[in-house]
Amino acid sequence: MLRSHIAGAALATALLLGVPAQAQDIRIGVAAEPTSMDPHFHNLTPNNQVMRHIFEPLVFQDEKQALKPGLAESWKTVDDTTWELKLRAGVKFHDGSDFGADDVLVTFKRAPDVPKSPAGFGSYIKGKTIEKVDDLTLRIKTAAPEPLMLSHLAQISIISRKNEAMTTEDYNSGKAAVGTGPFKFAEFVAGDRVVMVRNDSHWAGKPTWGKVTMRPVKSDPTRVAALLSGDLDVIENVPTADAQRLKSDSRLATFSALSNRVIYFHLDRHREDSPFIKGKDGSTIKNPLNDLKVRQALSKALNRTAIVERIMEGEAQPAAQFVPDSYGGTSKNLKPVAYDLDGAKKLLADAGLPNGFKITIHGPNGRYTNDAKILEAAGQMWSRLGLDVSVESVPAANFFSRATTGGANGMPEFSLFLVGWSAGTGEPLDSARALTMTFDRAKGTGAANRGRYSNPKADEILTKAFQTVDEAKRNALVAEGTELIINDVGIIPIHFPLNTWAAKKDYTIIPRSDEYTLAMSMSRK
Amino acid sequence: MSAPAVAAFVEVETPLRRFVRQFSEDRVAVFGLVVFLLIVALALAAPFYAPQNPYDLSRVDLMDSRQPPGAKALDGYTMWLGSDGVGRDIFSAIFYGLRISLAVGAASCLIAATLGMTVGLIAAYAGGRTETLIMRLVDLQLSLPSVLVALILVAMFGKGVDKIILALVLVQWAYYARTVRGSALVERSKDYVEAARCLGLSHTRILFRHILPNCLAPVIVVATVQTAHAISLEATLSFLGVGLPQTEPSLGVLIANGFQYMMSGKFWISTFPGLALLITIVAINLVGDRLRDVLNPRLEK
Amino acid sequence: MLAFILRRTGQGLLVIAAMIALVFFGVNVIGDPVWILVSPEMNQQQVEEVARSLGLDRPIYEQFWHFLKGLAQGDLGRSFVHGTPAIGLILERMPATLELAFVALVMAIVLGIPLGLYAGLKPDHPLARSIMAVSILGFSLPTFWVGLMLIMVFAVMLGWLPATGRGPVGHFLGIETSLTSLEGWRFVLLPALNLALLKISLVIRLARAGTREVALLDYVKFARAKGLSPRRVIGVHILKNILIPIITVLGLEFGSLVAFSVVTETIFAWPGMGRLLLEAIQRLDRPVIVAYVIVVVCLFVVINLVVDILYSLVDPRVRLTENAA
Repeated sequence: MLRSHIAGAALATALLLGVPAQAQDIRIGVAAEPTSMDPHFHNLTPNNQVMRHIFEPLVFQDEKQALKPGLAESWKTVDDTTWELKLRAGVKFHDGSDFGADDVLVTFKRAPDVPKSPAGFGSYIKGKTIEKVDDLTLRIKTAAPEPLMLSHLAQISIISRKNEAMTTEDYNSGKAAVGTGPFKFAEFVAGDRVVMVRNDSHWAGKPTWGKVTMRPVKSDPTRVAALLSGDLDVIENVPTADAQRLKSDSRLATFSALSNRVIYFHLDRHREDSPFIKGKDGSTIKNPLNDLKVRQALSKALNRTAIVERIMEGEAQPAAQFVPDSYGGTSKNLKPVAYDLDGAKKLLADAGLPNGFKITIHGPNGRYTNDAKILEAAGQMWSRLGLDVSVESVPAANFFSRATTGGANGMPEFSLFLVGWSAGTGEPLDSARALTMTFDRAKGTGAANRGRYSNPKADEILTKAFQTVDEAKRNALVAEGTELIINDVGIIPIHFPLNTWAAKKDYTIIPRSDEYTLAMSMSRK
Repeated sequence: MSAPAVAAFVEVETPLRRFVRQFSEDRVAVFGLVVFLLIVALALAAPFYAPQNPYDLSRVDLMDSRQPPGAKALDGYTMWLGSDGVGRDIFSAIFYGLRISLAVGAASCLIAATLGMTVGLIAAYAGGRTETLIMRLVDLQLSLPSVLVALILVAMFGKGVDKIILALVLVQWAYYARTVRGSALVERSKDYVEAARCLGLSHTRILFRHILPNCLAPVIVVATVQTAHAISLEATLSFLGVGLPQTEPSLGVLIANGFQYMMSGKFWISTFPGLALLITIVAINLVGDRLRDVLNPRLEK
Repeated sequence: MLAFILRRTGQGLLVIAAMIALVFFGVNVIGDPVWILVSPEMNQQQVEEVARSLGLDRPIYEQFWHFLKGLAQGDLGRSFVHGTPAIGLILERMPATLELAFVALVMAIVLGIPLGLYAGLKPDHPLARSIMAVSILGFSLPTFWVGLMLIMVFAVMLGWLPATGRGPVGHFLGIETSLTSLEGWRFVLLPALNLALLKISLVIRLARAGTREVALLDYVKFARAKGLSPRRVIGVHILKNILIPIITVLGLEFGSLVAFSVVTETIFAWPGMGRLLLEAIQRLDRPVIVAYVIVVVCLFVVINLVVDILYSLVDPRVRLTENAA
């Protein structure tokens, strides 16, 4: 264990006195700490971002989530279901042992099978069989064509073959936290810090920082205060309330990237009589959300610009589809629905509901940036449309179980509710499959389709996309399917938040769309 | 203690009058009482003078959000204390929020007092095993910090006004039980109870008509302190994210919501509700302090 | 004495058993932790698999039986979120919390008693009145609000003290603590003050009330009349008498400090077990909630017992019997 606290203390004092500190250390304030040091235990952003320092996947995702060679130097498809990967030569683990195909085999065995793992990596490995050709060549066969193969590989941290039998505890203690990454594990004090030191023999060259300390500071204003007071060099997840102030502070620099997370409304489409929708007199009415005109009216009555400017304080961009249109597979024809209250009222009248209806809308509280406020703002806007709206923010701990299985017969409970979805694969196909393809337990489609939206035509196109390995052709199909769904108002997209980092003035950060905070993306003038 | 002097006063003054006189000797306490009554009146009358009903979504406009004190709202009124992150007028929200905070404080206090007093009386009157059992339970409850109990209870019950009240009741009842039992034990041994028993009055009658009224003084002291405590605890729970719902904010929720604007210079969102909470609690505590002094016989001069 | 201790220990164990059952069933009533734990990409089958692997698909009484079996072997279950034993997570974080509570307690005594004594001796002096006014403020201000104010003033504006976190940890008599170095004290000062504020007010009030009562008692009047120096009267006669109730109360309040550290730890990013509890509640990490309650209730039972015994030693009038009303 490395305990160079005195250095940290000296640094703090030096900063207070304005003396330039050792350029090699960096202290980063994160909003949430990892739940474990086991790279295969919990597929969660706070964990994954720490793991990226110590461990590396075969394929890297750059700041825009474009795929780059990682521990695999190159790859090609042999046929529609077979991939061949060439591994990088000369890569060494932190303990000095050589990296090779056997390590990948061990990783593929362990990753889906960590005991008590609450959210493992099994879904990325399922249906893939891996075989070693030689020490630096691998073949992966998939049961069906798998166009997202490389995105999946980019999620899995490669461990050393020596550590196959190690438990989660061994990783937490640091005993097994041995990877190939640019930083070596030094110390993990739960609740206080994760410390990593430079891996001088990293294959890509010496990393910039001598020591990286990640400190969890969950409370937003405190995290900002710690940056302002000089206790931290960089903070992630800059609260929207403080973004403008930090931007205008000459002692600081901020960096933003559009997130791959869409904040949207899901609509109940599987019930004739939706539990949270009633006539204004309290009578039972036919679920109005099954009427396209009503859905369009709801979308038009949402003032996305106001939400972006007023609630997100400019730290977001109105959304038109599953991911921002800078990504492949997005439609260039879809634009955010413009605010048009009169048009919305007319649509509602055309749908035979000129007086509106009574509705309770739901959303999580504290899961997404400003979620409760966005929900309330939507409530305001729809009440101006003439609906009788009640707003209910549910603690995240209960929201998702209720939204997924809380209703009668284990069906989704809510009628109209706010959720977010982050495209971990960096493209819209996976989002479309999870959110809007017809719910099918066996096929695994519509896993997060909590409104049970179903559009057979879109299903058909997207299914075809899933069998198309050729990227250009696939992207065209995905865009076509997306247009069908969005024009049918299968979901009501609201906005994409910005991921914002703030740092002392002389630091530079390459902001990432996947929300990961990586010391590798940071440098100092 | 100067017993003769006290006796002399008692001859000319009813206990209530003496109490009023002693209470009003402390001007600060009287001031506290006046402020508190004013706050209650303002809170109750909020719908009649507040420019905005902050709970009516169609009256709250996002375009009014985060305005500094004194800004004009789109509806034409002036937001004297500014507005919060979704366009609620802070001035209106404070007085509407006070209604909820006071209601939560009063309701939990009332229920807890009723429950605690009944249990305490039973313990004192019944004695024996019943008493031991009840007092063990009271000790247990008192040994667990209120914030922890409330936190766990809310984790068990979930969010909502009724659940917060329930949690606060469960946190508070033991204080009343202990106080009432203590006084009731003293009363029980007095002659008039003995006399009432000899007259063959029913247990309930003796308990509630004779013993209880004589135990009320310390209960009132506990009640003032506990009400203030309940209001503050609700605010803390709301800050921790397990309190009341966002859309109908109590003072605590208002402060907690404003908390995230503390570093960004929009001080009014959290500061004014904070001040309102502070004034309310200080007023109650001033009254409580004086009550304790007046009703504590050992300090009588 | 021994019989008393045995009896109280027995009762304590009963209390702990009751709390375990209550909390175990209580936290299992609401929500479904699976949906917080899993990553959103997982489909329903995978989610059900996770529920199975965590034992959440079993009926509640079966889970309880399983838990009891583990408990018999000293195993309080594994955290859903961390995958490691819940008790280990708590014990790992406990020293930080105890340290914070301890410093706060010392602050409360060192600041509270002299101020309260003064206010009690000269109740009508303007300074005494301001002390009482400040103590009422201390009672009334919400802890979380004060916490951020402290950070704003002392860390951001003045830059004297660090805003968050705990200082370097050293060892003292085998105890892991950050109080061994000056740097550690810099870190602990603000959060401890924040936590202590309520207790300082409490001690001021207790000391004042005690002083006022004692000062009117005959033996103090007699001591004064005898011509003892005011210093001696205060030091020997008054202080000794007010200390007993204060120490008793503070002993019990130590538990409350441990509990209230939830708020302070959240604001100051102090790596204690209070924050662990809050996170466990937010993520429905049931084993951690249950283990926390067990640990804390044990702690309180022990503290209460110790306070009772100490009390009887200090004040011989108190007999260690059950119904000493």
